[in-house]
Amino acid sequence: MKYTLRVNGADRSVDVDADTPLLWVLRDALQLKGTKFGCGASLCGACTVHLDGAPVRSCVLPVSRVGSAAVTTIEGIGTSSLGKRVQDAWLDVDVVQCGYCQAGQIMAATALLAATPKPTDADIDRAMSGNLCRCATYNRIRAAIKQAAGMPTTDTRGSSA
Amino acid sequence: MKPANTARSHPTTTRPADPSRRAFLTAGAAIGGGLLLELTLPASAVAAVAGLTPTPGAELNAYIRIAPDGLVTIVSKNPEIGQGIKTMLPMLIAEELDVDWKDVRTMQADNDPARYGRQFAGGSRATPLHWDPLRRVGAAGRQMLVSAAADTWGVPLAECRTAAGSVRHEASGRVLGYGALAAKAATLPVPDLKSVVLKDPRDFRIIGRSQRGVDSPLVVAGEPLFGIDVQVPGMRHAVFVKSPVFGGSVATANLDAIKALPGISHAFVVSGGELFDGLTSGVAIVADSWWTAHKARAKLEVRWNDGPTAAQDSKEFARQAAVLAQQAPALTIYTEGDVQAGLASAARVVEASYSYPFIAHATLEPQNCTASVRDGKAELWAPTQNPDSGAKIVAKLLGLAEPDVTVHLTRCGGGFGRRLMNDYMAEAAWISKQVGSPVKLLWDRADDLRHDFYRPAGFHFFKAGLDRAGKLVAFRDHFVSFGKNGKFASSAGLGATEFPARFVPHLELGASLMPLDAPTGPLRAPGSNALAFAFQSFIDELAHAAGRDPVQFRLDLLGAPRRLANPPGPAGATPDFDTGRMRAVLEAVAERSGWGKRPLPKGSGLGVAFYFSHLGYFAEVVQASVDARGKVRVDKVWVAGDVGSQIINPTGAENQVQGAALDGISAALAQVITIDRGRVTQRNFDDYPLMRIDAAPPVDVHFVLTDNPPTGLGEPALPPVVPALCNAIHAATGQRIRHLPIASLDLRSS
Ligand code: FES
Ligand code: FES
Repeated sequence: MKYTLRVNGADRSVDVDADTPLLWVLRDALQLKGTKFGCGASLCGACTVHLDGAPVRSCVLPVSRVGSAAVTTIEGIGTSSLGKRVQDAWLDVDVVQCGYCQAGQIMAATALLAATPKPTDADIDRAMSGNLCRCATYNRIRAAIKQAAGMPTTDTRGSSA
Repeated sequence: MKPANTARSHPTTTRPADPSRRAFLTAGAAIGGGLLLELTLPASAVAAVAGLTPTPGAELNAYIRIAPDGLVTIVSKNPEIGQGIKTMLPMLIAEELDVDWKDVRTMQADNDPARYGRQFAGGSRATPLHWDPLRRVGAAGRQMLVSAAADTWGVPLAECRTAAGSVRHEASGRVLGYGALAAKAATLPVPDLKSVVLKDPRDFRIIGRSQRGVDSPLVVAGEPLFGIDVQVPGMRHAVFVKSPVFGGSVATANLDAIKALPGISHAFVVSGGELFDGLTSGVAIVADSWWTAHKARAKLEVRWNDGPTAAQDSKEFARQAAVLAQQAPALTIYTEGDVQAGLASAARVVEASYSYPFIAHATLEPQNCTASVRDGKAELWAPTQNPDSGAKIVAKLLGLAEPDVTVHLTRCGGGFGRRLMNDYMAEAAWISKQVGSPVKLLWDRADDLRHDFYRPAGFHFFKAGLDRAGKLVAFRDHFVSFGKNGKFASSAGLGATEFPARFVPHLELGASLMPLDAPTGPLRAPGSNALAFAFQSFIDELAHAAGRDPVQFRLDLLGAPRRLANPPGPAGATPDFDTGRMRAVLEAVAERSGWGKRPLPKGSGLGVAFYFSHLGYFAEVVQASVDARGKVRVDKVWVAGDVGSQIINPTGAENQVQGAALDGISAALAQVITIDRGRVTQRNFDDYPLMRIDAAPPVDVHFVLTDNPPTGLGEPALPPVVPALCNAIHAATGQRIRHLPIASLDLRSS
């Protein structure tokens, strides 16, 4: 089947089976390898992209259901000022260990901040708990989100008297 | 690329008041061999993945290339698995070369042990193995540049100084940049690495300062870096379906039906061999896209010959272990004094059994490899921690000479020990050879969880005696583990120096082995990650039985600061175990966590543990809370570690330690791999849960600096966190955690 997708602001044509998840269309048909495969079952968030600005798991989204929605991937997120701010915060806080989860983390974090510019720890927990980090860079992910939001990054959780 | 900046987050450090002169490891003579050879990376090595582009310029040695504009390229020899090695190793060279870090680009080496020595990521070995030799490589480069400048100016060497990428002649004020000197320097004789002069650590400008991960700008931009991202012209996509029962083989498969599916180019049976770290039996499906190949699995019908492993079962192992515990241990690992007499005369005897399950590595990037086998040569792009072993496996499998197997190292989406094995390399190479074109093999998550080399389960039957004063006088462990013919299975062992061996007058460590035909292997802090749980939890029980504070009980057990000789390890001589270093980190973590000084809310508790592994001394405190429904919440973790005189890259060090602590908690809370009739039942992150951000506590990291050579950090922070957590749950609830995972236990308060 032929589809025309709107990816990172450009129209891209692909010829793939209708049930092909958007993840594999991006990675193998469009050679956008930044979006990652971790579980294929909406359990890890490595494949997170935006559909009209909302975070979705591209590993379980068939290409036939994308329609005319605007797809934004990690390769395109830096063109928005918020996306760039999140990427810069990720670098400044030095979040990355292996880095495999981080595209998905950045996509989820950008969507969070677009909806909630000053997130609480609970907001961060809610928005980010679908994204696994096997290296467990969670403390720095939290700090980077707060930094991108212009908030103090000191982790005050657990400082009970 | 922006210049590397300084990260915000820093671990704290303290240095004991009285440091004497520092000691260094001696240089490894092999490192830096092949100096002045031409850099001969094949173009295909750099085409496939971004971030590997060599810069032009003159090559000073196998590691250093300097362009006319002064841009320095430094080769990183070891695999990057998220431990930060591609940043840390070049920092060592750049420091002694005396350049600005912002002028440095790093490049991943291919597998080339003749040039670089052993290239592997394991055992937290990279720091101790390279701290001295790679700084000498940098210093040798600097010396060649100084010689070139002195020669150009016709002045004595001793009148020239270097700073930030240039040589200066003090008397005349003349300055030449390294870029201008590199071509001449590259023609000069290479200094003897043993004789080069290293900087006084007080003059360090790169080492000891936080340097962001060199590939991070590419990571956050989604550039292709990982094995799974490799793209080779003409490449096909493969899946490989292996027997669910370990060691099983294909009897029949509906290959014709699979080959008839649209997009499928090949489907064939692989008979394979016996070794798990190699090619085993299965069905290969090759297609024009991974999704097409993957989808065909739903239509695949295979009849398997299960083989004898189908009789093995997690439940049965637990039953057998309990039976073996009633008998004398089959192996004696260590004895001291007379443990029977010690127990008989003790004022109080404590007995407990501990167990932990198999667990998996679950790297977030599933195993994969891209291979191109043609014309009697094999080229592989592999996310592996152990490339040369992979090259040898492939050479043997395909009947090629080892020099005809080229392995390009890609960034690895996590390692944790899984990628020390190279089964995926053997599979990709074999499939590529059969198909006659390049192939990218990619496992799905179920393949990954079901065909791992697992952290072995284990069972400990402890008995210990305290005297009237609460002092530990007798200690016995009967460890029921896995193995055959008196030899432990991989990572299933127990050593003669396991604490408290050598700290108790009457002690016996013994073991009995059960045969196991499922693969086991090293997982981050192998052995230690499980033994720490059992031993440091039981020691906590003893502290309570003795009516002593758990920190004080441990300090008393360690006794006065002194060194105990350790037997040589697999890599040769092992430094002494220094009780003073362990005491210092234990005292530091007690202090930082407010141990014994803070009132805690009801349902919360603090637990402590220490552990020595991979040459690192770590003590950790966990604060945990358990609610009425039995749900465990980890509130905070404090880590104090001693890995020597110098934290090379503080931001990376803190990240590793935080990750290791959370990794240990993640596994302890909920992870279990179940073997049921010879096969693993778990298949994805719903039944094999990893910690998520909402359960990740803050981790306070503190380093105690001591006058010892720097050692590695990927692993040693992990082991003590597990018993510290379990001991915290005991402090919070009064319930002992003797079996993992914690989620399998009922902690509701009645
Ligand atoms: S790959 Fe899509 S959620 Fe894991
Ligand atoms: S950085 Fe490795 S999985 Fe997140």
